[in-house]
Amino acid sequence: MNISRRQIMILLPAAAVAWKYVLAGTPEESPNYKMSEHWWSMLIDIPKCIGCGNCVRACQTENDVPDGYFRTWVERYHVSDWKMTNPEVIMTNPMIAPEVISPDGGKEGFPVATDESGKYFFVPKLCNHCADSPCTQVCPVGATFISPDGVVLVDQKYCLGCAYCVQACPYGCRYIHPEKKVADKCTLCYHRITKGLTTACCEACPTGARKLADLKDPKDPIHEFLKTHSVQVLKPQMATGAKVYYNDLDGSVR
Amino acid sequence: MSVFKDAGHLFRFAGLFVLAFLVFLVVRHFVVPKSFGQYGHYRGAAMGEIAAHPIKFAGHDTCETCHADVADVKKAGKHAHVNCEACHGAQAKHADDPSAVKPVLPDTTVLCARCHTASAAKPKGFPQVAPADHSQGLACNTCHKPHSPAMDAGGAK
Repeated sequence: MNISRRQIMILLPAAAVAWKYVLAGTPEESPNYKMSEHWWSMLIDIPKCIGCGNCVRACQTENDVPDGYFRTWVERYHVSDWKMTNPEVIMTNPMIAPEVISPDGGKEGFPVATDESGKYFFVPKLCNHCADSPCTQVCPVGATFISPDGVVLVDQKYCLGCAYCVQACPYGCRYIHPEKKVADKCTLCYHRITKGLTTACCEACPTGARKLADLKDPKDPIHEFLKTHSVQVLKPQMATGAKVYYNDLDGSVR
Repeated sequence: MSVFKDAGHLFRFAGLFVLAFLVFLVVRHFVVPKSFGQYGHYRGAAMGEIAAHPIKFAGHDTCETCHADVADVKKAGKHAHVNCEACHGAQAKHADDPSAVKPVLPDTTVLCARCHTASAAKPKGFPQVAPADHSQGLACNTCHKPHSPAMDAGGAK
């Protein structure tokens, strides 16, 4: 083969550019876990949630979440009969929106409700692990990102603590850790799901209201569930590609 | 070369530019972490660090390797789908060293009430009682076996 000096000058930089993509295709460090084979999400079955707060406590234990901060929390909604039949007034007048409470994030459960009128339901909330997340887009240093397996994570060694992402999250799922002074959020128990376990909140949920789901796994029961149920995501109008799916979500939930 | 006769100042400036660029590359090499850009605009090694966080909840599969007898009782009862650590709390330390770390037995008056205290807010089909009326202060496990709580199913002690 006869390669001229001119050809070499073109081929070498081209090879250098290509090498990056060769490296990107090499297997990850974890031997039994391939990031490219997973796309994590969560399914929340609203009618099953009893508001016991087990998930909130489990999350705090598992992830050393400081008191008063939440990676997941539970809200209790109470929509009165009158508001149910006049949904447009809820949209226009925030003063008469449904009553929402979440005492200490629902960590110790909820006060007993005695008012039988209207309807109640619990809404567990956590990071939606958006496929097109606003929080990762605003990070000025590349400290927060969507991992190849679809989990929104924070690189706490790289985070500056500027809190742009805290403001950017439309779901209020991030906070600045009071001691570390960096952004902190739900990791979808990344240390557990990469080892074949479910998340701490799903493990602790007594009614199966929360289920970890792998959208890339054809055998995952979520596919059957999504086919047979009408599920919603929070704030779909924001086009975040949220991956926490809520079954039987009431229209008044914001 | 008559074109470049008076262009010396341009070459000197270009040299300076190239030098500055090389300095930039050297500084960048030391400042940017090795794994940055491995998967995208972030440090690829961060995922390994996050995944290294210690596990606190062992998971019901781990529990069942030793406590298969309890798991069998539970599977036959109403609490079949309640995982062990939903009531017993995080037990990874116990699973790592069963003889050294003994779990504390939960107090049923507190534990059961968390889920089963009657409230208009709870789903209607969920079994719930007003503890004060239901048991007059007796501990729940006086009558119900927590692993198989229904009394008609032979769950009563």
